[in-house]
Amino acid sequence: MAGLPRNVEPRRRVSHVMRLGRVALIGVAVAFVGLLLIAPLGAVMAQALAQGVAAYLGSFADPDTRAAIRLTLITAAIAVPANTIFGICAAWAIAKFEFRGKSLLVTLIDLPFAVSPVIAGLVFIMLFGAHGWFGPWLQERDIQIVFAVPGIVLATIFVTFPYVARELIPLMQQQGSDEEEAAITLGAGAWVTFLRVTLPKIRWGLLYGVILCNARAMGEFGAVSVVSGHIRGLTNTMPLHVEILYNEYDFVAAFAVASLLALLAMVTLVIKSVVEWRAGRRAG
Amino acid sequence: MAGSSFRKPSILPGFGLTLGFTTFFLSALVLLPLAALVLRTASLSWHDFLQILLDERAVASYRLSFGAALLAAFVNAVFGFIVAWSLVRYDFPGRRLLDALIDLPFALPTAVSGIALAAVFSPTGWLGQKLALAGVQVAYTWIGVVVALILIGMPFVVRSVQPALVEVQRDLEEAAETLGANPWQVFRRIILPAVLPALLTGFTLALARGVGEYGSVVFISGNLPFKTEITPLLIVIKLEQFDYDGAAALGFIMLLISFAMLFAINLVQTWGRRRQVAVAR
Repeated sequence: MAGLPRNVEPRRRVSHVMRLGRVALIGVAVAFVGLLLIAPLGAVMAQALAQGVAAYLGSFADPDTRAAIRLTLITAAIAVPANTIFGICAAWAIAKFEFRGKSLLVTLIDLPFAVSPVIAGLVFIMLFGAHGWFGPWLQERDIQIVFAVPGIVLATIFVTFPYVARELIPLMQQQGSDEEEAAITLGAGAWVTFLRVTLPKIRWGLLYGVILCNARAMGEFGAVSVVSGHIRGLTNTMPLHVEILYNEYDFVAAFAVASLLALLAMVTLVIKSVVEWRAGRRAG
Repeated sequence: MAGSSFRKPSILPGFGLTLGFTTFFLSALVLLPLAALVLRTASLSWHDFLQILLDERAVASYRLSFGAALLAAFVNAVFGFIVAWSLVRYDFPGRRLLDALIDLPFALPTAVSGIALAAVFSPTGWLGQKLALAGVQVAYTWIGVVVALILIGMPFVVRSVQPALVEVQRDLEEAAETLGANPWQVFRRIILPAVLPALLTGFTLALARGVGEYGSVVFISGNLPFKTEITPLLIVIKLEQFDYDGAAALGFIMLLISFAMLFAINLVQTWGRRRQVAVAR
Protein backbone atom coordinates (compact mmCIF):
# COMPACT_ATOMS: atom_id res chain seq x y z
CA MET A 1 0.00 0.00 0.00
CA ALA A 2 1.44 3.31 -0.97
CA GLY A 3 1.29 6.28 1.35
CA LEU A 4 -1.68 8.57 1.43
CA PRO A 5 -1.95 10.92 -1.47
CA ARG A 6 -1.69 14.50 -0.40
CA ASN A 7 -5.13 16.00 -0.15
CA VAL A 8 -4.90 19.08 -2.25
CA GLU A 9 -8.45 20.22 -2.19
CA PRO A 10 -9.18 23.15 -4.42
CA ARG A 11 -10.15 26.11 -2.34
CA ARG A 12 -13.52 26.44 -3.85
CA ARG A 13 -16.47 27.95 -2.11
CA VAL A 14 -17.89 25.31 0.15
CA SER A 15 -21.41 25.76 1.31
CA HIS A 16 -22.25 25.98 4.98
CA VAL A 17 -23.98 22.60 4.89
CA MET A 18 -20.97 20.90 3.34
CA ARG A 19 -18.66 22.38 5.95
CA LEU A 20 -20.93 21.18 8.72
CA GLY A 21 -21.10 17.73 7.15
CA ARG A 22 -17.35 17.62 6.90
CA VAL A 23 -16.85 18.43 10.57
CA ALA A 24 -19.49 15.87 11.52
CA LEU A 25 -17.92 13.11 9.41
CA ILE A 26 -14.42 13.75 10.73
CA GLY A 27 -15.85 13.79 14.24
CA VAL A 28 -17.56 10.43 13.73
CA ALA A 29 -14.38 8.93 12.24
CA VAL A 30 -12.19 10.15 15.07
CA ALA A 31 -14.70 9.05 17.73
CA PHE A 32 -15.04 5.60 16.18
CA VAL A 33 -11.29 5.02 16.01
CA GLY A 34 -10.72 6.63 19.38
CA LEU A 35 -13.32 4.48 21.09
CA LEU A 36 -12.22 1.20 19.53
CA LEU A 37 -8.46 1.63 19.25
CA ILE A 38 -7.15 4.41 21.45
CA ALA A 39 -9.30 3.76 24.53
CA PRO A 40 -8.26 0.08 24.78
CA LEU A 41 -4.59 1.02 24.34
CA GLY A 42 -4.95 3.61 27.09
CA ALA A 43 -6.70 1.05 29.28
CA VAL A 44 -3.75 -1.35 28.91
CA MET A 45 -1.29 1.30 30.08
CA ALA A 46 -3.56 2.57 32.86
CA GLN A 47 -4.13 -0.92 34.26
CA ALA A 48 -0.46 -1.87 33.98
CA LEU A 49 0.56 1.22 35.93
CA ALA A 50 -2.40 1.13 38.34
CA GLN A 51 -0.17 0.34 41.32
CA GLY A 52 2.80 2.41 40.30
CA VAL A 53 5.93 1.98 38.26
CA ALA A 54 7.60 -0.27 40.83
CA ALA A 55 4.77 -2.82 40.70
CA TYR A 56 4.80 -2.60 36.90
CA LEU A 57 8.52 -3.31 36.64
CA GLY A 58 8.31 -5.88 39.42
CA SER A 59 5.97 -8.05 37.38
CA PHE A 60 8.78 -8.71 34.92
CA ALA A 61 10.90 -10.26 37.66
CA ASP A 62 8.59 -13.28 37.83
CA PRO A 63 10.50 -16.29 36.41
CA ASP A 64 7.35 -17.56 34.63
CA THR A 65 6.96 -14.21 32.88
CA ARG A 66 10.60 -14.32 31.83
CA ALA A 67 10.16 -17.87 30.55
CA ALA A 68 7.13 -16.73 28.53
CA ILE A 69 9.08 -13.85 27.00
CA ARG A 70 11.95 -16.22 26.17
CA LEU A 71 9.63 -18.77 24.52
CA THR A 72 7.95 -16.05 22.45
CA LEU A 73 11.34 -14.83 21.24
CA ILE A 74 12.47 -18.38 20.39
CA THR A 75 9.25 -19.12 18.52
CA ALA A 76 9.51 -15.96 16.45
CA ALA A 77 13.22 -16.61 15.83
CA ILE A 78 12.29 -19.90 14.14
CA ALA A 79 8.96 -19.05 12.49
CA VAL A 80 9.92 -15.69 10.97
CA PRO A 81 13.10 -16.81 9.13
CA ALA A 82 11.34 -19.98 7.96
CA ASN A 83 8.47 -17.99 6.45
CA THR A 84 10.84 -15.37 5.06
CA ILE A 85 12.79 -18.00 3.11
CA PHE A 86 9.53 -19.56 2.00
CA GLY A 87 8.10 -16.18 1.01
CA ILE A 88 11.11 -15.27 -1.12
CA CYS A 89 11.11 -18.68 -2.86
CA ALA A 90 7.37 -18.53 -3.51
CA ALA A 91 7.54 -14.97 -4.82
CA TRP A 92 10.47 -15.84 -7.13
CA ALA A 93 8.70 -18.88 -8.58
CA ILE A 94 5.36 -17.09 -8.95
CA ALA A 95 6.49 -13.64 -10.10
CA LYS A 96 9.32 -14.65 -12.43
CA PHE A 97 7.81 -17.65 -14.22
CA GLU A 98 4.63 -18.60 -16.03
CA PHE A 99 3.44 -22.10 -15.24
CA ARG A 100 0.26 -24.08 -15.01
CA GLY A 101 -1.56 -24.06 -11.69
CA LYS A 102 -0.09 -20.74 -10.60
CA SER A 103 -3.34 -19.17 -9.48
CA LEU A 104 -4.17 -22.29 -7.48
CA LEU A 105 -0.79 -22.04 -5.77
CA VAL A 106 -1.42 -18.39 -4.89
CA THR A 107 -4.83 -19.25 -3.44
CA LEU A 108 -3.35 -22.08 -1.38
CA ILE A 109 -0.64 -19.81 0.03
CA ASP A 110 -3.38 -17.42 1.23
CA LEU A 111 -5.32 -20.24 2.86
CA PRO A 112 -3.98 -19.82 6.43
CA PHE A 113 -5.39 -16.25 6.47
CA ALA A 114 -8.89 -17.60 5.86
CA VAL A 115 -8.73 -20.26 8.55
CA SER A 116 -9.74 -19.58 12.16
CA PRO A 117 -6.73 -19.57 14.51
CA VAL A 118 -8.39 -22.31 16.54
CA ILE A 119 -8.51 -24.53 13.44
CA ALA A 120 -4.82 -23.76 12.83
CA GLY A 121 -4.05 -25.32 16.20
CA LEU A 122 -6.60 -28.11 15.86
CA VAL A 123 -5.06 -29.49 12.65
CA PHE A 124 -1.74 -30.12 14.41
CA ILE A 125 -3.51 -32.02 17.17
CA MET A 126 -5.16 -34.17 14.50
CA LEU A 127 -1.69 -34.77 13.05
CA PHE A 128 0.59 -35.16 16.07
CA GLY A 129 -1.75 -35.58 19.06
CA ALA A 130 -2.04 -38.90 20.92
CA HIS A 131 -4.98 -39.88 18.68
CA GLY A 132 -3.57 -38.21 15.58
CA TRP A 133 -2.00 -39.69 12.45
CA PHE A 134 1.55 -39.75 13.76
CA GLY A 135 0.55 -39.92 17.43
CA PRO A 136 1.29 -43.61 18.09
CA TRP A 137 4.52 -43.48 16.09
CA LEU A 138 5.71 -40.44 18.04
CA GLN A 139 4.69 -41.95 21.35
CA GLU A 140 6.75 -45.09 20.70
CA ARG A 141 9.77 -42.90 20.18
CA ASP A 142 8.92 -40.64 23.09
CA ILE A 143 8.79 -37.52 20.94
CA GLN A 144 6.37 -34.81 22.01
CA ILE A 145 5.18 -32.29 19.46
CA VAL A 146 1.80 -30.98 20.60
CA PHE A 147 1.59 -29.61 24.14
CA ALA A 148 5.29 -28.83 23.73
CA VAL A 149 7.48 -26.24 22.04
CA PRO A 150 7.58 -27.87 18.54
CA GLY A 151 3.79 -27.69 18.32
CA ILE A 152 3.84 -24.00 19.27
CA VAL A 153 6.41 -23.31 16.56
CA LEU A 154 4.44 -25.29 13.94
CA ALA A 155 1.16 -23.54 14.74
CA THR A 156 2.93 -20.17 14.61
CA ILE A 157 4.44 -20.97 11.21
CA PHE A 158 0.97 -21.97 9.99
CA VAL A 159 -0.74 -18.71 10.96
CA THR A 160 2.12 -16.48 9.74
CA PHE A 161 2.67 -18.50 6.57
CA PRO A 162 1.38 -16.01 3.92
CA TYR A 163 2.74 -12.70 5.28
CA VAL A 164 6.07 -12.40 3.45
CA ALA A 165 4.96 -14.17 0.26
CA ARG A 166 1.86 -12.00 0.03
CA GLU A 167 3.87 -8.80 0.32
CA LEU A 168 6.50 -9.87 -2.23
CA ILE A 169 4.43 -11.53 -4.98
CA PRO A 170 2.58 -8.41 -6.22
CA LEU A 171 5.68 -6.27 -5.75
CA MET A 172 7.91 -8.56 -7.82
CA GLN A 173 5.20 -9.07 -10.46
CA GLN A 174 4.88 -5.33 -10.83
CA GLN A 175 8.65 -4.82 -11.08
CA GLY A 176 9.00 -7.37 -13.89
CA SER A 177 12.19 -9.30 -14.61
CA ASP A 178 13.96 -7.23 -17.28
CA GLU A 179 16.82 -6.30 -14.99
CA GLU A 180 17.31 -9.89 -13.80
CA GLU A 181 17.28 -11.10 -17.39
CA ALA A 182 19.88 -8.51 -18.31
CA ALA A 183 22.11 -9.58 -15.41
CA ILE A 184 21.86 -13.27 -16.37
CA THR A 185 22.56 -12.46 -20.04
CA LEU A 186 25.63 -10.51 -18.99
CA GLY A 187 26.90 -13.62 -17.23
CA ALA A 188 25.96 -13.06 -13.58
CA GLY A 189 25.20 -16.19 -11.58
CA ALA A 190 21.78 -16.90 -10.10
CA TRP A 191 22.78 -16.05 -6.54
CA VAL A 192 24.59 -12.88 -7.50
CA THR A 193 21.61 -11.78 -9.58
CA PHE A 194 19.28 -12.27 -6.64
CA LEU A 195 21.54 -10.52 -4.13
CA ARG A 196 22.65 -7.62 -6.30
CA VAL A 197 19.64 -7.02 -8.55
CA THR A 198 16.45 -8.38 -6.97
CA LEU A 199 17.09 -7.90 -3.26
CA PRO A 200 17.77 -4.14 -3.44
CA LYS A 201 14.53 -3.72 -5.39
CA ILE A 202 12.37 -5.62 -2.94
CA ARG A 203 14.03 -4.75 0.38
CA TRP A 204 11.32 -2.39 1.68
CA GLY A 205 8.53 -4.76 0.78
CA LEU A 206 10.49 -7.60 2.32
CA LEU A 207 11.05 -5.63 5.53
CA TYR A 208 7.33 -4.82 5.69
CA GLY A 209 6.36 -8.48 5.26
CA VAL A 210 8.90 -9.58 7.87
CA ILE A 211 7.76 -7.13 10.55
CA LEU A 212 4.08 -8.02 10.03
CA CYS A 213 5.01 -11.70 10.17
CA ASN A 214 6.97 -11.08 13.35
CA ALA A 215 4.16 -9.14 15.02
CA ARG A 216 1.71 -11.95 14.35
CA ALA A 217 4.24 -14.64 15.35
CA MET A 218 4.87 -13.00 18.72
CA GLY A 219 1.23 -12.17 19.31
CA GLU A 220 -0.59 -15.28 18.12
CA PHE A 221 -3.04 -16.51 20.72
CA GLY A 222 -5.74 -18.88 19.43
CA ALA A 223 -3.62 -21.34 17.46
CA VAL A 224 -0.87 -21.47 20.06
CA SER A 225 -3.39 -21.78 22.87
CA VAL A 226 -4.81 -24.97 21.37
CA VAL A 227 -1.46 -26.75 20.99
CA SER A 228 0.41 -25.39 23.99
CA GLY A 229 -0.97 -27.34 26.93
CA HIS A 230 -0.48 -24.21 29.08
CA ILE A 231 2.39 -25.46 31.22
CA ARG A 232 3.66 -22.48 33.20
CA GLY A 233 7.30 -21.70 32.58
CA LEU A 234 7.51 -24.33 29.84
CA THR A 235 4.94 -23.95 27.08
CA ASN A 236 3.54 -20.51 27.80
CA THR A 237 4.13 -17.76 25.29
CA MET A 238 3.55 -14.11 26.21
CA PRO A 239 -0.07 -13.93 24.99
CA LEU A 240 -0.91 -17.18 26.81
CA HIS A 241 0.78 -15.87 29.94
CA VAL A 242 -1.38 -12.75 29.71
CA GLU A 243 -4.44 -14.98 29.76
CA ILE A 244 -3.27 -16.99 32.78
CA LEU A 245 -2.40 -13.89 34.79
CA TYR A 246 -5.69 -12.25 33.83
CA ASN A 247 -7.72 -15.28 34.85
CA GLU A 248 -5.88 -15.31 38.19
CA TYR A 249 -6.94 -11.68 38.70
CA ASP A 250 -3.29 -10.60 38.71
CA PHE A 251 -4.27 -7.60 36.61
CA VAL A 252 -1.11 -5.51 37.03
CA ALA A 253 1.09 -8.37 35.80
CA ALA A 254 -1.35 -9.34 33.02
CA PHE A 255 -1.52 -5.79 31.68
CA ALA A 256 2.24 -5.32 32.18
CA VAL A 257 2.96 -8.26 29.84
CA ALA A 258 0.20 -6.99 27.54
CA SER A 259 1.84 -3.56 27.49
CA LEU A 260 5.02 -5.15 26.08
CA LEU A 261 2.94 -6.73 23.31
CA ALA A 262 1.17 -3.41 22.69
CA LEU A 263 4.57 -1.75 22.45
CA LEU A 264 5.57 -4.36 19.88
CA ALA A 265 2.44 -3.47 17.89
CA MET A 266 3.22 0.26 18.05
CA VAL A 267 6.81 -0.32 16.91
CA THR A 268 5.47 -2.46 14.06
CA LEU A 269 3.14 0.35 12.99
CA VAL A 270 5.95 2.92 13.13
CA ILE A 271 8.24 0.75 10.98
CA LYS A 272 5.35 0.16 8.61
CA SER A 273 4.71 3.90 8.25
CA VAL A 274 8.40 4.55 7.62
CA VAL A 275 8.53 1.79 5.00
CA GLU A 276 5.44 3.15 3.25
CA TRP A 277 6.85 6.65 3.32
CA ARG A 278 10.13 5.45 1.76
CA ALA A 279 8.30 3.34 -0.83
CA GLY A 280 6.06 6.32 -1.67
CA ARG A 281 9.07 8.59 -2.06
CA ARG A 282 10.81 6.10 -4.34
CA ALA A 283 7.74 5.74 -6.51
CA GLY A 284 7.10 9.47 -6.62
CA MET B 1 11.23 -31.43 -23.13
CA ALA B 2 8.47 -32.64 -20.86
CA GLY B 3 8.51 -29.46 -18.82
CA SER B 4 7.99 -27.15 -21.78
CA SER B 5 4.23 -27.56 -21.75
CA PHE B 6 4.13 -27.03 -18.00
CA ARG B 7 5.85 -23.65 -18.04
CA LYS B 8 6.84 -21.01 -20.51
CA PRO B 9 10.58 -20.90 -21.18
CA SER B 10 12.61 -18.24 -19.40
CA ILE B 11 16.31 -17.57 -19.09
CA LEU B 12 16.01 -16.89 -15.37
CA PRO B 13 17.37 -19.61 -13.09
CA GLY B 14 15.94 -21.19 -9.97
CA PHE B 15 12.49 -22.27 -11.12
CA GLY B 16 12.85 -25.89 -10.02
CA LEU B 17 14.44 -25.05 -6.69
CA THR B 18 12.06 -22.27 -5.64
CA LEU B 19 8.86 -23.92 -6.85
CA GLY B 20 9.98 -27.25 -5.36
CA PHE B 21 10.67 -25.69 -1.97
CA THR B 22 7.44 -23.67 -2.07
CA THR B 23 5.36 -26.74 -2.86
CA PHE B 24 7.12 -28.84 -0.24
CA PHE B 25 6.82 -26.25 2.53
CA LEU B 26 3.18 -25.55 1.67
CA SER B 27 2.29 -29.25 1.59
CA ALA B 28 4.10 -30.15 4.80
CA LEU B 29 2.97 -27.23 6.93
CA VAL B 30 -0.46 -26.30 5.60
CA LEU B 31 -1.99 -28.92 3.32
CA LEU B 32 -1.00 -32.04 5.27
CA PRO B 33 -2.34 -30.72 8.60
CA LEU B 34 -5.58 -29.58 6.92
CA ALA B 35 -5.90 -33.01 5.30
CA ALA B 36 -5.52 -34.63 8.73
CA LEU B 37 -8.55 -32.66 9.96
CA VAL B 38 -10.63 -33.49 6.89
CA LEU B 39 -9.83 -37.21 7.06
CA ARG B 40 -10.46 -37.36 10.77
CA THR B 41 -13.93 -35.95 10.12
CA ALA B 42 -14.44 -38.33 7.20
CA SER B 43 -13.88 -41.26 9.58
CA LEU B 44 -17.02 -40.29 11.50
CA SER B 45 -20.33 -41.89 10.55
CA TRP B 46 -23.00 -39.62 9.05
CA HIS B 47 -25.10 -40.13 12.10
CA ASP B 48 -22.39 -39.07 14.55
CA PHE B 49 -21.35 -36.18 12.35
CA LEU B 50 -24.87 -34.76 12.15
CA GLN B 51 -25.45 -35.32 15.83
CA ILE B 52 -22.39 -33.21 16.67
CA LEU B 53 -23.33 -30.49 14.18
CA LEU B 54 -26.98 -30.22 15.16
CA ASP B 55 -26.36 -30.39 18.87
CA GLU B 56 -28.27 -27.57 20.55
CA ARG B 57 -25.21 -26.00 22.11
CA ALA B 58 -23.38 -26.05 18.76
CA VAL B 59 -26.32 -24.46 16.94
CA ALA B 60 -26.49 -21.70 19.56
CA SER B 61 -22.78 -21.07 19.00
CA TYR B 62 -23.21 -20.77 15.21
CA ARG B 63 -25.99 -18.29 15.74
CA LEU B 64 -23.79 -16.12 17.95
CA SER B 65 -20.66 -16.43 15.80
CA PHE B 66 -22.48 -15.61 12.57
CA GLY B 67 -24.92 -13.09 13.96
CA ALA B 68 -22.23 -11.14 15.77
CA ALA B 69 -19.81 -11.28 12.82
CA LEU B 70 -22.54 -10.15 10.42
CA LEU B 71 -23.62 -7.28 12.66
CA ALA B 72 -20.01 -6.22 13.24
CA ALA B 73 -19.30 -6.30 9.50
CA PHE B 74 -22.34 -4.07 8.88
CA VAL B 75 -21.24 -1.57 11.53
CA ASN B 76 -17.77 -1.59 9.99
CA ALA B 77 -19.15 -1.09 6.50
CA VAL B 78 -20.86 2.11 7.65
CA PHE B 79 -18.27 3.54 10.02
CA GLY B 80 -15.30 2.14 8.11
CA PHE B 81 -16.59 3.99 5.07
CA ILE B 82 -16.82 7.23 7.04
CA VAL B 83 -13.28 6.75 8.35
CA ALA B 84 -11.95 5.99 4.86
CA TRP B 85 -13.85 8.98 3.47
CA SER B 86 -12.44 11.34 6.09
CA LEU B 87 -8.91 10.06 5.48
CA VAL B 88 -9.12 10.38 1.69
CA ARG B 89 -11.18 13.52 1.24
CA TYR B 90 -10.45 15.78 4.19
CA ASP B 91 -7.35 17.31 5.64
CA PHE B 92 -7.37 17.71 9.39
CA PRO B 93 -4.82 17.74 12.17
CA GLY B 94 -3.84 14.20 13.12
CA ARG B 95 -4.94 12.67 9.83
CA ARG B 96 -1.67 10.78 9.33
CA LEU B 97 -1.73 9.49 12.90
CA LEU B 98 -5.32 8.31 12.45
CA ASP B 99 -4.35 6.62 9.19
CA ALA B 100 -1.42 4.82 10.81
CA LEU B 101 -3.60 3.72 13.75
CA ILE B 102 -6.12 1.94 11.48
CA ASP B 103 -3.72 -1.00 11.12
CA LEU B 104 -3.45 -1.42 14.89
CA PRO B 105 -5.82 -4.43 15.02
CA PHE B 106 -3.54 -6.18 12.50
CA ALA B 107 -0.50 -5.62 14.70
CA LEU B 108 -1.99 -5.85 18.18
CA PRO B 109 -2.12 -9.41 19.59
CA THR B 110 -5.73 -10.51 19.92
CA ALA B 111 -5.31 -11.41 23.58
CA VAL B 112 -4.24 -7.83 24.28
CA SER B 113 -7.22 -6.32 22.49
CA GLY B 114 -9.39 -8.82 24.37
CA ILE B 115 -8.31 -7.87 27.88
CA ALA B 116 -8.14 -4.18 26.90
CA LEU B 117 -11.76 -4.20 25.70
CA ALA B 118 -12.79 -6.06 28.83
CA ALA B 119 -11.06 -3.36 30.90
CA VAL B 120 -12.87 -0.58 29.03
CA PHE B 121 -16.32 -2.16 28.91
CA SER B 122 -16.54 -4.24 32.09
CA PRO B 123 -19.08 -2.91 34.62
CA THR B 124 -16.16 -1.41 36.57
CA GLY B 125 -14.35 -0.09 33.48
CA TRP B 126 -14.51 3.62 32.64
CA LEU B 127 -16.95 3.25 29.77
CA GLY B 128 -18.71 0.19 31.18
CA GLN B 129 -19.60 2.17 34.32
CA LYS B 130 -21.31 4.89 32.31
CA LEU B 131 -23.12 2.38 30.12
CA ALA B 132 -24.25 0.48 33.21
CA LEU B 133 -25.92 3.63 34.47
CA ALA B 134 -27.81 3.77 31.19
CA GLY B 135 -28.79 0.12 31.71
CA VAL B 136 -26.59 -1.29 28.95
CA GLN B 137 -24.17 -4.07 29.68
CA VAL B 138 -21.56 -4.72 27.01
CA ALA B 139 -19.01 -6.99 28.64
CA TYR B 140 -20.05 -10.63 29.16
CA THR B 141 -23.03 -10.29 26.79
CA TRP B 142 -23.43 -10.74 23.04
CA ILE B 143 -22.87 -7.01 22.61
CA GLY B 144 -19.32 -7.51 23.87
CA VAL B 145 -18.74 -10.12 21.17
CA VAL B 146 -19.93 -7.66 18.53
CA VAL B 147 -17.70 -4.88 19.90
CA ALA B 148 -14.63 -7.17 19.78
CA LEU B 149 -15.44 -8.19 16.20
CA ILE B 150 -15.91 -4.54 15.14
CA LEU B 151 -12.42 -3.81 16.44
CA ILE B 152 -10.91 -6.80 14.64
CA GLY B 153 -12.72 -6.17 11.34
CA MET B 154 -12.34 -2.40 11.04
CA PRO B 155 -9.03 -2.27 9.11
CA PHE B 156 -10.35 -4.68 6.47
CA VAL B 157 -13.13 -2.28 5.46
CA VAL B 158 -11.08 0.92 5.73
CA ARG B 159 -8.12 -0.50 3.80
CA SER B 160 -10.38 -1.91 1.06
CA VAL B 161 -12.39 1.29 0.59
CA GLN B 162 -9.52 3.81 0.78
CA PRO B 163 -7.87 3.04 -2.59
CA ALA B 164 -11.29 2.82 -4.28
CA LEU B 165 -12.24 6.26 -2.98
CA VAL B 166 -8.99 7.70 -4.33
CA GLU B 167 -9.97 6.34 -7.75
CA VAL B 168 -13.43 7.96 -7.82
CA GLN B 169 -13.48 10.51 -10.60
CA ARG B 170 -13.85 13.91 -9.01
CA ASP B 171 -14.88 15.54 -12.28
CA LEU B 172 -17.96 13.32 -12.37
CA GLU B 173 -18.94 14.52 -8.91
CA GLU B 174 -18.36 18.11 -9.87
CA ALA B 175 -20.35 17.67 -13.06
CA ALA B 176 -23.23 16.25 -11.03
CA GLU B 177 -23.02 19.14 -8.57
CA THR B 178 -23.01 21.64 -11.43
CA LEU B 179 -26.09 19.95 -12.84
CA GLY B 180 -27.81 20.54 -9.53
CA ALA B 181 -27.43 17.23 -7.70
CA ASN B 182 -27.49 17.48 -3.92
CA PRO B 183 -24.76 15.82 -1.82
CA TRP B 184 -26.95 12.78 -1.13
CA GLN B 185 -27.62 12.26 -4.85
CA VAL B 186 -23.89 12.55 -5.63
CA PHE B 187 -23.14 9.97 -2.97
CA ARG B 188 -25.93 7.65 -4.04
CA ARG B 189 -25.40 7.83 -7.82
CA ILE B 190 -21.67 8.38 -8.25
CA ILE B 191 -19.61 7.57 -5.18
CA LEU B 192 -21.42 4.51 -3.86
CA PRO B 193 -21.50 2.63 -7.20
CA ALA B 194 -17.78 3.30 -7.68
CA VAL B 195 -16.73 1.97 -4.28
CA LEU B 196 -19.36 -0.75 -3.88
CA PRO B 197 -17.11 -3.67 -4.94
CA ALA B 198 -14.38 -2.51 -2.54
CA LEU B 199 -16.92 -2.03 0.23
CA LEU B 200 -18.32 -5.51 -0.34
CA THR B 201 -14.81 -6.99 -0.35
CA GLY B 202 -14.02 -5.29 2.94
CA PHE B 203 -17.36 -6.41 4.38
CA THR B 204 -16.73 -10.05 3.43
CA LEU B 205 -13.14 -9.98 4.70
CA ALA B 206 -14.31 -8.56 8.02
CA LEU B 207 -17.10 -11.14 8.19
CA ALA B 208 -14.72 -14.03 7.45
CA ARG B 209 -12.28 -12.83 10.08
CA GLY B 210 -15.06 -12.30 12.61
CA VAL B 211 -16.54 -15.77 12.26
CA GLY B 212 -13.21 -17.40 13.12
CA GLU B 213 -11.98 -14.89 15.69
CA TYR B 214 -11.08 -16.26 19.10
CA GLY B 215 -8.53 -14.30 21.15
CA SER B 216 -10.18 -10.92 21.35
CA VAL B 217 -13.64 -12.38 21.99
CA VAL B 218 -13.08 -14.84 24.82
CA PHE B 219 -12.09 -12.20 27.37
CA ILE B 220 -15.12 -9.99 26.87
CA SER B 221 -17.80 -12.55 26.04
CA GLY B 222 -18.20 -14.28 29.39
CA ASN B 223 -18.34 -17.66 27.62
CA LEU B 224 -21.67 -18.89 28.88
CA PRO B 225 -22.86 -22.02 27.03
CA PHE B 226 -25.92 -21.33 24.84
CA LYS B 227 -25.58 -17.59 25.46
CA THR B 228 -22.16 -16.10 24.83
CA GLU B 229 -20.18 -19.05 23.54
CA ILE B 230 -18.70 -18.66 20.04
CA THR B 231 -18.03 -21.71 17.85
CA PRO B 232 -14.20 -21.52 18.02
CA LEU B 233 -14.47 -21.56 21.81
CA LEU B 234 -16.73 -24.60 21.68
CA ILE B 235 -14.02 -26.39 19.67
CA VAL B 236 -11.44 -25.52 22.31
CA ILE B 237 -13.77 -26.79 25.05
CA LYS B 238 -14.32 -30.07 23.20
CA LEU B 239 -10.55 -30.49 22.87
CA GLU B 240 -10.09 -29.87 26.58
CA GLN B 241 -12.63 -32.62 27.23
CA PHE B 242 -10.68 -34.93 24.87
CA ASP B 243 -13.71 -35.02 22.54
CA TYR B 244 -11.54 -35.12 19.41
CA ASP B 245 -14.37 -36.27 17.14
CA GLY B 246 -16.54 -33.36 18.21
CA ALA B 247 -13.71 -30.87 17.77
CA ALA B 248 -12.85 -32.29 14.34
CA ALA B 249 -16.44 -32.16 13.09
CA LEU B 250 -16.96 -28.56 14.19
CA GLY B 251 -13.53 -27.62 12.89
CA PHE B 252 -14.34 -29.18 9.54
CA ILE B 253 -17.54 -27.16 9.23
CA MET B 254 -15.71 -23.96 10.08
CA LEU B 255 -13.10 -24.85 7.46
CA LEU B 256 -15.84 -25.30 4.85
CA ILE B 257 -17.32 -21.94 5.78
CA SER B 258 -13.88 -20.31 5.45
CA PHE B 259 -13.51 -21.78 1.97
CA ALA B 260 -16.96 -20.56 1.00
CA MET B 261 -16.11 -17.03 2.16
CA LEU B 262 -12.77 -17.13 0.33
CA PHE B 263 -14.71 -18.08 -2.76
CA ALA B 264 -17.20 -15.28 -2.17
CA ILE B 265 -14.39 -12.74 -1.81
CA ASN B 266 -12.89 -13.91 -5.11
CA LEU B 267 -16.28 -13.61 -6.80
CA VAL B 268 -16.80 -10.08 -5.48
CA GLN B 269 -13.34 -9.04 -6.65
CA THR B 270 -13.82 -10.51 -10.12
CA TRP B 271 -17.19 -8.79 -10.36
CA GLY B 272 -15.62 -5.50 -9.28
CA ARG B 273 -12.89 -5.77 -11.91
CA ARG B 274 -15.40 -6.57 -14.67
CA ARG B 275 -17.54 -3.62 -13.63
CA GLN B 276 -14.55 -1.35 -13.64
CA VAL B 277 -13.68 -2.45 -17.18
CA ALA B 278 -17.31 -1.95 -18.25
CA VAL B 279 -17.37 1.56 -16.76
CA ALA B 280 -14.05 2.45 -18.39
CA ARG B 281 -15.48 1.57 -21.79
